[in-house]
Amino acid sequence: MNDQTVIAVASILGAALVMGFGAFGAALGESRLGSAAMDAIARQPDESANLARNMLVALAMIESTAIFALVIALVLLFANPFVG
Amino acid sequence: MSEDLFGSPVLAQVVGVPVTAGMVGSAVVTVAVLALAGWLGRAAVHRPTSAPAAAARLLVGFLQGVARDGAGRDVPALTVFGGTLFVFVAGSALYGQLPGVRAPTADLAVASALALVVFVAVPVAGVWVRGPIGYLRHYLEGGVLLAPIEVISELSRTLALALRLFGNMMSGHLVVGLLVSLVGLLVPVPLMALDLAIGLIQAYIFTILACVYVGAAIQVEETA
Repeated sequence: MNDQTVIAVASILGAALVMGFGAFGAALGESRLGSAAMDAIARQPDESANLARNMLVALAMIESTAIFALVIALVLLFANPFVG
Repeated sequence: MSEDLFGSPVLAQVVGVPVTAGMVGSAVVTVAVLALAGWLGRAAVHRPTSAPAAAARLLVGFLQGVARDGAGRDVPALTVFGGTLFVFVAGSALYGQLPGVRAPTADLAVASALALVVFVAVPVAGVWVRGPIGYLRHYLEGGVLLAPIEVISELSRTLALALRLFGNMMSGHLVVGLLVSLVGLLVPVPLMALDLAIGLIQAYIFTILACVYVGAAIQVEETA
């Protein structure tokens, strides 16, 4: 294996790892947010519109960590600066 | 993967300046938004009971609500600023649904430019409202040791703003593109709908975050 092959293999492995762990954390956070929001809506049905809007904002903030992981994974796969 | 995911293809060279698809897309969206706004505005002035006038009032009321939610109080200039960001980002998401084009915000350069606008708007608004001394003092509110961290957080949240918008728009486009190349018929439709919904939600997020950042900079101390 020459250097380029090692870099390519490491990049693919890195992309898989970063996407897997990135999605893992975001999914965990989103599930907690979703359950908390459902709980709050069940307690206060009158406030559901307000709660749902705030939930969407928080959801997108959590989602963005997964999106950062996705961007890193895509950089590794398609725009890798170390692949000559 | 032939398509460049992070930039956008250069369509032409005008006097040595490359014109990319993202620039053309932003220009198209800007013209479309201006035309729509002119039409709605004229309708609201001349025919106050017509349907376009009602739509215009609903839209402006929604944008006012977003700015108020972000800043905590009514600031007309912030409504204009946030509303401009919202209609541009939402218009880009709608434009990205047209066949054969990408949303301009799925181009890293356009998303970064929007985030830079917010980055510049924060100190400008802060100095405008509180004066240079008053604005600079808020860096020291948490203590001298925290001031560098405050600066770093302003830089990192600008980066996050740009990457969040870019990543969401680009990933939606990528997923739809992959599915079209795999199945092609009908299967990508739900994901295209999801992409559209995500685009509109991202427009809302981007706007409300911009309003929160600017709103925090123009916060006048309530304690007397």
